Amino acid sequence: MTSDTRTDTERSRTDGELAEQAVVPMPLVHGELPRWAPWAILVASLVVVGGILAATGNFGLGLTLVLGAVLYAVATYAVSRFVEGGRKATDRVVTIVVTVAFLIALIPLISVVVTVIQNGLARFDAAFFTNSMRGVVGEGGGGYHAIMGTLIITALAALMSIPIGILTAVYLVEYGKGRLARAITFFVDVMTGIPSIVAGLFAFAFFALFAGPGIRFGFGGAVALSILMIPVVVRSTEEMLKIVPNELREAAYALGTPKWRTILKVVIPTSIAGIASGVTLAIARVIGETAPLLIIAGLTTGVNLNPFSGRMTTLPVFAYNSYAAPGVPREPFIDRAWTSALVLIIIVLVLNLLARLVAKLFAPKTR
Amino acid sequence: MSAPTTTPATATPSTKPVRQLGDRIFAGSATGAGVLILIVLAGVAVFLIAQAIPAFTASPEELPGGRNLAVYIGPLVFGTLLSALIALLIATPLAVAVALFITHYAPRRLAQGLGYVVDLLAAVPSIVYGLWGVAVLAPASLPFMTRLQDYLGWIPLFAGPVSATGRTMLVVGVTLAVMILPIITAVSREVFLQTPKLHEEAALALGATRWEMIRMAVLPFGRSGIISGAMLGLGRALGETMAVAIILSGSGIVTFNLISSSNPSSIAANIALQFPDSTGVAVNTLIASGLVLFVITLLVNSIARWIINRRREFSGAN
Amino acid sequence: MSKAVTAKNLNIYYGSFLAVEGVDMEIKPKTVTALIGPSGCGKSTFLRSINRMHEVIPGARVEGKLELDGRDLYGSGVDPVGVRRQIGMVFQRPNPFPTMSIYENVIAGQRLNNKRAGKKATDELVERSLRGANLWNEVKDRLDKPGSSLSGGQQQRLCIARAIAVQPDVLLMDEPCSALDPISTLAIEDLINELKTDYTIVIVTHNMQQAARVSDFTGFFNIEGTGKPGHLVEMDETKTIFSQPKQKATEDYVSGRFG
Repeated sequence: MTSDTRTDTERSRTDGELAEQAVVPMPLVHGELPRWAPWAILVASLVVVGGILAATGNFGLGLTLVLGAVLYAVATYAVSRFVEGGRKATDRVVTIVVTVAFLIALIPLISVVVTVIQNGLARFDAAFFTNSMRGVVGEGGGGYHAIMGTLIITALAALMSIPIGILTAVYLVEYGKGRLARAITFFVDVMTGIPSIVAGLFAFAFFALFAGPGIRFGFGGAVALSILMIPVVVRSTEEMLKIVPNELREAAYALGTPKWRTILKVVIPTSIAGIASGVTLAIARVIGETAPLLIIAGLTTGVNLNPFSGRMTTLPVFAYNSYAAPGVPREPFIDRAWTSALVLIIIVLVLNLLARLVAKLFAPKTR
Repeated sequence: MSAPTTTPATATPSTKPVRQLGDRIFAGSATGAGVLILIVLAGVAVFLIAQAIPAFTASPEELPGGRNLAVYIGPLVFGTLLSALIALLIATPLAVAVALFITHYAPRRLAQGLGYVVDLLAAVPSIVYGLWGVAVLAPASLPFMTRLQDYLGWIPLFAGPVSATGRTMLVVGVTLAVMILPIITAVSREVFLQTPKLHEEAALALGATRWEMIRMAVLPFGRSGIISGAMLGLGRALGETMAVAIILSGSGIVTFNLISSSNPSSIAANIALQFPDSTGVAVNTLIASGLVLFVITLLVNSIARWIINRRREFSGAN
Repeated sequence: MSKAVTAKNLNIYYGSFLAVEGVDMEIKPKTVTALIGPSGCGKSTFLRSINRMHEVIPGARVEGKLELDGRDLYGSGVDPVGVRRQIGMVFQRPNPFPTMSIYENVIAGQRLNNKRAGKKATDELVERSLRGANLWNEVKDRLDKPGSSLSGGQQQRLCIARAIAVQPDVLLMDEPCSALDPISTLAIEDLINELKTDYTIVIVTHNMQQAARVSDFTGFFNIEGTGKPGHLVEMDETKTIFSQPKQKATEDYVSGRFG
């Protein structure tokens, strides 16, 4: 805004003020709270709230923190508005709200991790990893059969999902045009939304047709998990293939390379890091599935390494069943449930770290 | 070179599709994989419907509960929607705040670590959250629920009497919220990070404070991302089985009382609890309820996609 | 090994959209032909149709004839993959394969087509191609480093080495210097002058000084307006185009009065 377009009100306002402000109409230095002020307000708010609560006999740590935070926000707004103006005050309050929300969200998440580690460590011993539950009624026993079941079923699911998923993504990105591609994209989206228990019901409905309603076996679980895993693999691979620059494809075509070799030797190697880490995350996602396996893979106390015959326990089902239907005495069952949960978290953690490592190792080098 | 040589065959009769054998095999197997997905999904629909039909045709006396199918499934649908809704209402604002904190407020060095942690928590199996809900949250929230009844008992939601075990609809909702919080956060964080630096700097250059910059540049850009994250979380909460199954012992009632000891179960939890001991028409009934759940999640996803597609034109997020 | 390219009444379509109309052009062996014209006039589309690269976009097709030493490039039974082995291309932005080393990038044409050759023959090919691209002295000590570790100008010369390693008859260049600094541009222009002793070169450029510096012949493309097809206005020896063009439009364009 140049000076000649100023309105009368603005002019009269500056006229009324000091002469030097007419020279510098927009001061660069505003009133500003000193750096210690927010901390002082925070401490004061907590002390005031704590004091009032203690005086009325209602003192509690949680309540003090919650009400203290509210008072802190209100007081900050008031002080900041007085010293710094309304916009700055709003900014400060939002900062407080966001930070407090973050801290609140942190509480249950930390609590989950701490609880699992605390309760899980009780049975995190060699026996848990080497013994099954066959013939165990109280103490002892372990999750060996469940760990093996989880590994076998997840491996089978991965074996089915990864080739199908990656090939479908290749089709969608490199070949897919027209109605078929749109249909596949749409139905992959639909598949992403299938609740896991419905996937289990499907596997059951499918195999029960051939083997009768009593059917329970590991491979069925793998099929159910594949239905959950394939869309995740397709989506992540698709994203990765899409970010391979077209220029690389063109460079390969211009060298007289057929399309399929271009895909196999240029496109996929360029994006292999992302694909591999996406696949690893997909595995991490299905390895903790409980519901479908409860339905189609069933539950057993002994080790069963044959996925095509007989019930097969997996870790999440084992954890669930140990907790929901404990024997007498209860404690050893509960302990085993927590240890299973801990092992599951560790597996997921390792897979996540693996995904990052893979992404780093396979990424195209630039130096 | 598939598409270009096939379409213009009429215009240039001399050009026939020339494709190497390798190309044909590779394109064929890629297409085959895509078609296989369609077949599998069709199979899911066909088998579920086929197995659900006996429940629709059976006489009411044969069904579990001895009443008709709608009476059996109705309360389950209600319980499913109620628990998921509570979770969504709690988790979405928190998740947006956490994502904002990580992307725009936390010190940069801390931010990346927090991002990893959120991604990791999003991958924690739901059974773990279920165990935590029943073992930690339920007893811990007893005093809180008692106060709710004391002070807010006049609201039907908190009419009580408070369940002695703490295994209530409210606890289920909070547990589900904790479970989907990392998921919504992860998606929102991703979108917030993609806000074009130019937009942010443009806002700052106009003299905006941090919050004004977020309101002008980050939130409008990320809105569709937040919605799709929330819908993803809602879908997860609707289909969540174990956390609900392990916390609630549901009965077929419909009530908005969130803190009493009689609660409606959810579809997924009911299937998991009843399935192992069911035979005959009872199995068909459970499959029918699974079909209903599938339709509900499908609707939620479609709505989410519709919102995102409608917003895309305005957000510039493409 | 250098060959002539002839276009006869060539129309290029994207779906039903006519992008380039009625091009008649004679490109002689061992010459440099520059294609100039405003943005969107179809010169790049025409260039890409010479080795059928425009077919990467679905729905793209041509009418008319395009011949390489009298052989129809769009005849029935002609594999576009085979066409591209004889007509190489260098792109606007350098695009070395990020997963391959400098050495592997040069022999990418063979590697991708699974042709095996002896270690000695391959080493010779790499050295010959890199020398041909004036890059050998700069990279001979770090052939195992990734191609993306080079500077932009070096990367572009690596791409040229990659293109000539498959020993094409014709080399197409689509604004090869537009992403480079002036010094790298000069290096590429020198290289083009040397390459024309062995190859037929067609180069699209927005830079008229560059066209004047490097080319023997120049074709001027123009477009009537948005949505209209581009067409070849005039083609002649570069000297003639820049000093006494026959068409008013050409004169306006080369003298900067293009409106």
